[in-house]
Amino acid sequence: MNRIDQLFSTKGQNILNIYCTAGYPALHDTVTIVEALQQSGADMVELGMPFSDPLADGPVIQDSSTRAIANGMRISVLFEQLKDFRSKVTIPVVLMGYLNPVLQFGVENFCRACAEVGVDGLILPDLPMDEYENEYRPLFEQYGLHLIFLVTPETTEARIRKIDSLSKGFVYAVSSSSTTGKNKDMTGQEAYFARLKAMGLKNPVLVGFGIRDKGTFQAACASSNGAIIGTAFVKAIENSTNLQADIAGFVKGILA
Amino acid sequence: MDIAVNTSQSKYHVNEKGYFGNFGGAYIPEMLYPNVEELREQYLQIMADPAFQQEFEQLLKDYVGRPSPLYFASRLSQKYGAQIYLKREDLNHTGAHKINNTIGQILLAKRLGKKRIIAETGAGQHGVATATVCALMGLECVVYMGSVDIQRQAPNVARMQMLGATVVPATSGSKTLKDATNEAIRDWINNPVDTHYIIGSVVGPHPYPDMVARFQSVISEEVRKQLLEKTGKETPTYVIACVGGGSNAAGAFFHFTDEDEVELIAVEAAGKGVHSGFSAATSQLGRPGVIHASKTLLMQTEDGQIVEPHSISAGLDYPGVGPFHAHLYESGRAVFLNSTDNEALAAGYELSLLEGIIPALESAHALAKLADLPLKKDEVVVVCLSGRGDKDLETYIKHLK
Ligand SMILES: Cc1ncc(COP(=O)(O)O)c(C=O)c1O
Repeated sequence: MNRIDQLFSTKGQNILNIYCTAGYPALHDTVTIVEALQQSGADMVELGMPFSDPLADGPVIQDSSTRAIANGMRISVLFEQLKDFRSKVTIPVVLMGYLNPVLQFGVENFCRACAEVGVDGLILPDLPMDEYENEYRPLFEQYGLHLIFLVTPETTEARIRKIDSLSKGFVYAVSSSSTTGKNKDMTGQEAYFARLKAMGLKNPVLVGFGIRDKGTFQAACASSNGAIIGTAFVKAIENSTNLQADIAGFVKGILA
Repeated sequence: MDIAVNTSQSKYHVNEKGYFGNFGGAYIPEMLYPNVEELREQYLQIMADPAFQQEFEQLLKDYVGRPSPLYFASRLSQKYGAQIYLKREDLNHTGAHKINNTIGQILLAKRLGKKRIIAETGAGQHGVATATVCALMGLECVVYMGSVDIQRQAPNVARMQMLGATVVPATSGSKTLKDATNEAIRDWINNPVDTHYIIGSVVGPHPYPDMVARFQSVISEEVRKQLLEKTGKETPTYVIACVGGGSNAAGAFFHFTDEDEVELIAVEAAGKGVHSGFSAATSQLGRPGVIHASKTLLMQTEDGQIVEPHSISAGLDYPGVGPFHAHLYESGRAVFLNSTDNEALAAGYELSLLEGIIPALESAHALAKLADLPLKKDEVVVVCLSGRGDKDLETYIKHLK
């Protein structure tokens, strides 16, 4: 069973998924961070594959991507780093990235490598739904990879249903129409979350974008299965000299 | 004048799925979907509306000053031994072809009920053309411009500001056109309801490449009529145009793609030389991939990171080409040449001294290839003179020595 499905079958609520850019702050921090997140109580990790032109990201994740690329991070290096990580890490890991580097790596090579190292799912925000459906879906399914699509407050009900039918693992509900790292508050979004909840989707829903502390995490969890924290975490470890302690402190601040 | 409103009159134009051959599409994150989908659903319908066409034509005529002249450049013709005509987009209001597109898109934005306009700009010509139509229609205007370009095209920054636009520097990456485009797209993600993004070239997600090409197709539509009048024949031997994203070339090629006897010459910026590491010659250096939500040719590393290009001309300093051009390149329908910074500068000086016309540095790249073509005396050559060189005076003068 895919680790994402396993997680949701045993714990349906208050799922904490933390995003970090692979190869950041230093090239070989990737696995250390994933392990520390697991130890600290995070339920899932989303690893960003850095891209030169991250269109959906605000300045913090842009900068982390620039730094990771300068550190030498690339998809082949990431797979090398993840080679043995499953001997220590049991929580689900999804890779997030823009399409072009994946296309250049080769979609089938990419899926195979993900399956080999033990990646559970993928978020490729600029992969069009119909291209996935018509070209890549059998490949992703063959390698047991869950593709997770995004919905936003502007997404129509018919399209949400279509996205839910194609997504596996969970649906990523973007909290407001924005790039990452905007500090919009969660009030005013209740109607959107309630609408999603009332739709009775087949997938669990995790809320992301703008989740940054205990308050926003709890607000997001109130009407969904959990939330994803990105920018706030990236910022928290930017200048860390003790990743274990800083990560434990960060997660504690959210969950305690 | 009528806008080409039917899809796929030519195998080189867009198909119903939004692709030019293997290129195009809309590789957008979900946050952009409602905006792009609204546009996709409505653009052809709006453009086909007679009231829209009438307003568009009227403004092109009375405000832009169209049709732009097709000028027989006799001394240039003598020098290169051919019949050389210049399509004078430099004489348009605001000084370049860019305004053909911004007039079209602002009318479209109004019909979509948008209140706020954003744009990216490289040379500043598209930014000025956008600020101009926003002033004309009384709409708020925000223009993203790379901080490097803000310096090298200072007069255009001042013009945009005088026209009431807010110019926002893009400080990420190479701080040029690619990065300004990223910032404009991010702005659109953050303003999904009231804002229209006026893209300045035939790039971006479908329907932009097709829509912009159609607004610019007025160039080749006029050329055909003007050639018939002047030479007795609608088609030339060559059409030459520079390619940054490719909008002036798309407009100049649009109504000639199906006549194989017309040689379409696209000229890219070679910078300091195609293989110098300082170049923007995308067709020579690029591979298929996704840039700014379009599958097309782009300059990238082996890992798929987009490479920072170089050209002396801010308007050509872009690491991709539009999907229409990627298709023209792959199918062999157009020939892709390139000019170096120095060749373009020399061609700019030459046109100034031979014809009394100071061309934009972008357009000078097209002119520079006259020397490389095996021209014959009775062959008719149309060069798209996409813009005037006022904005580039400082660069020209700096290199005079
Ligand atoms: C005068 C002029 N020509 C050409 C270009 C390049 O754009 P495109 O390739 O879209 O025509 C620009 C862009 O700023 C320009 O200002």
